[in-house]
Amino acid sequence: MNALVLEGGGDDWRLRLSGDWSLGAIAQIEQELETLPNPMSGTVVCDWAHAEAPGIGPVWALLARLTDLGAGHLQVRHVGNPPHTVELLQKIKHERNALKDAQAAAAPSIPGALGTLGRWAVLQGTEARGVLDFFGRISTVLGQIASRPRALRLPSIARHIYETGVTAIPIVSLIAFLISVVVAYLGAQQLSKFGANIFVVDLVTIAVLREMGVLLTAIIVAGRSGSAFAAEIGVMQLNEETDALRAMGMNPIELLVVPRVLALIIALPLLTVVADAMGLAGGGLLSLIQLHIPLTQFTVRLREAISPTTFWAGLVKAPVFALLIGMVGTYRGLQVRESARELGRLTTVAVVQAIFLVILADALFAVLFEQIDF
Amino acid sequence: MADSTVKPIVRVRGLLSRFGAQVVHDGLDLEVLPNEIFGVVGGSGTGKTVLLRTILGLRQPQGGSVEVYGRDIQHLSGPERLAMVHSYGVTFQRGALISSLSIAQNIQLPLREYYSMSEEVLDELAELNLGLVGLPPDAATKYPAQLSGGMVKRAALARALSLEPKLLFLDEPTSGLDPISAAAFDELLLYLHSELRLTVVMITHDLDSLFSTCDRVGVIVEGRMITDTLDGILQNSHPWIHEYFHGPRARAAQKEAHE
Repeated sequence: MNALVLEGGGDDWRLRLSGDWSLGAIAQIEQELETLPNPMSGTVVCDWAHAEAPGIGPVWALLARLTDLGAGHLQVRHVGNPPHTVELLQKIKHERNALKDAQAAAAPSIPGALGTLGRWAVLQGTEARGVLDFFGRISTVLGQIASRPRALRLPSIARHIYETGVTAIPIVSLIAFLISVVVAYLGAQQLSKFGANIFVVDLVTIAVLREMGVLLTAIIVAGRSGSAFAAEIGVMQLNEETDALRAMGMNPIELLVVPRVLALIIALPLLTVVADAMGLAGGGLLSLIQLHIPLTQFTVRLREAISPTTFWAGLVKAPVFALLIGMVGTYRGLQVRESARELGRLTTVAVVQAIFLVILADALFAVLFEQIDF
Repeated sequence: MADSTVKPIVRVRGLLSRFGAQVVHDGLDLEVLPNEIFGVVGGSGTGKTVLLRTILGLRQPQGGSVEVYGRDIQHLSGPERLAMVHSYGVTFQRGALISSLSIAQNIQLPLREYYSMSEEVLDELAELNLGLVGLPPDAATKYPAQLSGGMVKRAALARALSLEPKLLFLDEPTSGLDPISAAAFDELLLYLHSELRLTVVMITHDLDSLFSTCDRVGVIVEGRMITDTLDGILQNSHPWIHEYFHGPRARAAQKEAHE
């Protein structure tokens, strides 16, 4: 059944409305409204006598369509017990059009690619300044600690060492153990071709101590704690908790950022030691089972394989990685504004950027150590 | 209104709500009649919002029955429940607009979910609902965080109206608004109430709002509800009700309302 039938022509139209005119039927009504001739002029009489349960949505859609078609040259009348809302909606429609015209006239904007490029450039500039500003604020707080020891929030640091370090021990241990088993296994397969089984020990110990122990730990911590920092601080931003702190004269950088970053700088090297130990244990175990190298021989070979700096070459990177992860996480958390979606987006950004920066820093360290023969 | 032949739209009988040992509602009765604005008041912690959540089916009561449009809300099948939910609009205390959606998208959310229509019509309907609550056209593309408190309340009302309900539940619609915005909201509510023939259940602490909009008032005291017309409730001798409606702030509000 048709929702509307148009009769007449020229300047004298009659629109018979019938059937279901509730919100539920709006899809069909919309379709039929599309079939009206464009443009229309003169007068149109809307006959509501056979329309059932007209809802305000469909009535509004009809009025909007007639306004579009008429472009100011169409008189609309309603007969046959029109819904009581017609008058109200007509009035609102009228007001809205006036308001929209006024706003369209008042809003200048740079269109197209140029505008996009400009906005992007400004955004990048702001971002760069924001990072610099953030780093400066952290440095300021660190400087203040010397003159005002209270600025060093020891209980908070302890809590974060526990949360980022102690609770990460099981997963870090497990992953370091398994990865070094995999490396040892692959090495054993290749090296046994040359009868150089014993060099598996060199491979595993150097790989674990110099690179994998610290890198794996940093990546796990970036995923665990980088996201946690961003989310925790982000929710505080959404709840205006950080604003409340500022209003009470407290510095969120001092209360929220510095303890997390410092805790991570302490926890990550310790976790790296755990990962190193577990990695060596994994290598040792596989050597024993797969290559039948007894543990005593493994440890002897281990001592010969590593130089005094091997262990430190890995460990020295840990605080740098920790600084990167902690700063990216807290910075992104403080950027959260306004919405739940922002929180999710910036938490993701925090983790991705932290991992990227860790790997980039690791590459730079590799070049540096090569140059200084460390 | 007190005509016993009129079927109430919302009927709560013998409602029992407990949180552990704490009894909030102890045999609460409530009847909301068609086309009235019913105000619910009570001290903090007397369970006004709990009552609302129970009526909406968001909370399972420990006893008693809740009927909306004559149907017991605890015994509805899935589709019946959905139809029931579509028949009323709700605004929450803090607006509860989805923060990652623009105002227009918030209004379109239920329309998009339950009806099929083109983007043009969706935009038209968002425009309509913004117009109904008196928000400017440029509010459509803004996000909830970019709006003032008063505008958030209006936007929440616009979303509540989007499915064209005949029944509205408002939880403290004027709290946190300045007196001018609050008065404007009251006016808007009266206007929509008469133009769209809505039945409204409104929780409020705002005495001005109560005096200028409500037909009848229900006061929650000692876990029960005392319902009367505004004039009737003013004569009530219960000490808390007397204090509430005759305290220094109440006197000022009454004076204003009668002027």
